[in-house]
Amino acid sequence: MTLTEAIAATVHDGDTVAMEGFTHLIPHAAGHEVIRQRRRDLTLIRMTPDIIYDQMIGAGCARKLVFSWAGNPGVGSLHRFRDAVENSWPGSLELEEHSHAGMANRYQAGASGLPFAILRGYRGTSLATRTAGVAEIVCPFTGESLTAVSALRPDVTVIHAQLADRKGNVQYWGITGVQKEAVLGSARSVVTVEEVVDSLVPRAGAVVLPGWTVSYVAVAPGGAHPSYALGYSVRDNGFYLAWDSISRDRARFGAWLDEHVYGLPEATADRAAELPVV
Amino acid sequence: MLNYTPDEMMTVTAARSLRDRMTCFVGIGLPSEAANLARATHAPGLVLIYESGAIGAKPAELPLSIGDGILAETADAVVSVPEIFNYWLQPGRIDVGFLGAAQLDRHGNINTTVIGDSYTKPVIRLPGAGGAPEIAAACKQVIVVLRQSRRTFAERVDFITSVGYGDGAGSRQRLGLTGGGPQHVITDLGVLRPDPATLQLVLTGIHPGVSVAQVRERTGWELCVSPDLAEIPPPSKAELAALRSLLASVPGPNTQGANS
Repeated sequence: MTLTEAIAATVHDGDTVAMEGFTHLIPHAAGHEVIRQRRRDLTLIRMTPDIIYDQMIGAGCARKLVFSWAGNPGVGSLHRFRDAVENSWPGSLELEEHSHAGMANRYQAGASGLPFAILRGYRGTSLATRTAGVAEIVCPFTGESLTAVSALRPDVTVIHAQLADRKGNVQYWGITGVQKEAVLGSARSVVTVEEVVDSLVPRAGAVVLPGWTVSYVAVAPGGAHPSYALGYSVRDNGFYLAWDSISRDRARFGAWLDEHVYGLPEATADRAAELPVV
Repeated sequence: MLNYTPDEMMTVTAARSLRDRMTCFVGIGLPSEAANLARATHAPGLVLIYESGAIGAKPAELPLSIGDGILAETADAVVSVPEIFNYWLQPGRIDVGFLGAAQLDRHGNINTTVIGDSYTKPVIRLPGAGGAPEIAAACKQVIVVLRQSRRTFAERVDFITSVGYGDGAGSRQRLGLTGGGPQHVITDLGVLRPDPATLQLVLTGIHPGVSVAQVRERTGWELCVSPDLAEIPPPSKAELAALRSLLASVPGPNTQGANS
């Protein structure tokens, strides 16, 4: 299945969508495809919205953002995110804001089929009073006060991985983030991969998602750029730095989208090859 | 006399606050610069832990992000994000949490979320919490590094993203925060440490050429000064050379308060 078909089949207007990858393996090609298909009113979930959601927010795909750190790592602000929050451009953006530990635990609860997770966190912070889905809970054994956070159960999770085999089993390694939890906690999932091989070779530190846990696999070589896929590419730090000025100005951002997303209907075609639907 | 900038002095002071073989949870930007400087100078055995899951990372050059490939490739272990927070940070295994801040109050409470009175319509929307609230809660001690001004050293922070000493003595115990809280706040002007009784930040060290009046001028509350105020030695030739060589390796500007 091509990336175009996989996104059309899984991401619908109004859906709750998680596109994960912690700095590494961010599914940028899939993000561009969502923009190109002009999806609207999405609730976007991601620990670090990063450039991928800055683009989707600026393109008008998002109604709500669920997140824990919205910056351009090592560079500064996400200007499209800030413009949406500070000036409601291109529309208002509802925020549901957590800490990283909270988000990681919320994904874990979703993958575990639990309604909430427990952690030591949020106590004394303004987040605890600001954010729905954070509550105090008392340990039934020790009486200690802890924090409960509600589970995340996305309609769709989208991730990028290094490899899939012909049966649709997926393998990724390096910084593995929270992708396994996000995929297992979601109703549907799309995995873009650098390449498809006949069979996967066991590899230290790798995560394998059996094919039956994944809805669609699509080939998208370089699909993480400007993020990276360990063993295939390096993080394009120059692009992250350049994004600061591209995204600062609405018109320049619009021109960038026209040229690099809307203007490239073929970009998915050369990234995606046919794969059996799993 | 060596020439150096206030920022260089700040990073050198922050690096000196780390001891060899400590385990250190590092945010990107100034904390990562200082921790890597310590590792390049007096603390070669410093264990750097990044929230991306890299434990014992040994980057030869400064990473731009907490997830650069070099961190995973040089780490002793790479774990998932739920694991780094739940198994490694939460139980209090980590000696030092190294944080930046956009705003800080006299009790070391940190804001990295919004500037302005309204959360929904902020004057400036900052990146938010990231790993900081639980780093501030659980590490045995916290070091905060930020540039000092009336804007950053605020009478009241607009949002408590991460708790320092809350309202003062007893707050951390009441909140069940297991770690020791901010033991050093390091700025371009000097070092502040909490008064053992009130837990209010007190100026304990001052950088060469800086006056107490200047520090007061750049503090948004009535500053307490330690009777034992010490002048901090300037950077050594070796410290400066190591810092400049590290900074030359990063592709662009790092940002303050940006603990992704």
